Amino acid sequence: MTQDKKLLVSAIKNGTVIDHINAGQALKIIRFLNLAAQNKLVTVGLNLPSKLMKTKDLIKVEDWEISLEEANQVALIAPQATINIIKQYQMFKKFALKLPEKIEHLLVCPNPKCITNHEPMDSFFYVKMRGQKVEVSCKYCEKQFALDEIKDYKI
Amino acid sequence: MERLGGRVIGFADKDVTSASKGETLYDSIRIIGQYTDVIAMRHPLEGSARRAAEATNKPILNGGDGANQHPTQTLLDLFTIQETQKKLIGLSIALAGDLKYGRTVHSLTQALTRFSPRLYFIAPKTLQMPEHYLEELKKNKIKFSLHEKMEDVIKQVDIFYLTRIQKERFADQMDYERVKNSFRLTLAHMTCVKKNLKILHPLPRVNELDSKIDATTHAYYFQQAENGLYVRQALLGAVLGKI
Ligand SMILES: [Zn+2]
Repeated sequence: MTQDKKLLVSAIKNGTVIDHINAGQALKIIRFLNLAAQNKLVTVGLNLPSKLMKTKDLIKVEDWEISLEEANQVALIAPQATINIIKQYQMFKKFALKLPEKIEHLLVCPNPKCITNHEPMDSFFYVKMRGQKVEVSCKYCEKQFALDEIKDYKI
Repeated sequence: MERLGGRVIGFADKDVTSASKGETLYDSIRIIGQYTDVIAMRHPLEGSARRAAEATNKPILNGGDGANQHPTQTLLDLFTIQETQKKLIGLSIALAGDLKYGRTVHSLTQALTRFSPRLYFIAPKTLQMPEHYLEELKKNKIKFSLHEKMEDVIKQVDIFYLTRIQKERFADQMDYERVKNSFRLTLAHMTCVKKNLKILHPLPRVNELDSKIDATTHAYYFQQAENGLYVRQALLGAVLGKI
């Protein structure tokens, strides 16, 4: 079993492993964290078999350490993801994911009449849980959105 | 402003400023802020007033930012309620009309949350108060109920705040015609109401408020409109440190 997994996505020496991403979300996270532009070695597994989640996505980035802020942004997209920092093939640090209270810059407000879509400026959203769902509200137009209503990200 | 002895520099026409040349709101406000003491603005985009406030340290008065907020209207509404009832706390207040799209009722509902009211929302089914405002009320433990007919609540309330119902809000014009004729406050409603009942309306009205009510002691919408001037004067005084 473990042998199989190793064949699917190889182990890394130093870097960051983002595991247990709900299947289909890995590419979004790569865009979100702008991983493709960092000249790092990125290995992505899509729809990997998982005991817990049936299928999952996985991202490994060599020689790159995710920051706490970035880890919390991952929590927005994949709340049950686990993030580990690897050093010398060993797990060095495990992140306990926590939703960020606010998100600057990253999201595009879905309201076409919002000032943030007409000025060269950063967006700003407050984050809160509504039952099981993550909800964000725009600081400017004051509209509230479920996270999956947000289709665009500013990278 | 001029009545208070101030001078006004106007930028009502967007062609006067460089907005039409592609200048950002941020830059425009930053420059305007250099030769004014206070900026009153009305802008079609939502959140524009908050953005403007980031561009200058001069006070910004939001005279309406798109469909978002209309705070000076809310202040004058609160002032008028206080004036007619001699208090703001614990009143029974009905909000009626287009509750779905009307930003004045949204802002007023949010503001009233601070004064423990009992709220009644009266609207045709398709124009009822949006869910997230109702949830905010629940969270703040404000009692409220939803109604379709004015006569169901008018006898119980201290304030009846009516807003206009616009034709454009209806996908089906037949629905509008039906509402237009049934959703209308008339003299017939004025029997057995509370003595202190006052009817407010942000004006202009369409068909929802019968002009025969104007002559009753309950009509207060013209005084309400006049209060708009005083409240805005007071606001200018307050932000400029003169009050
Ligand atoms: Zn917005």
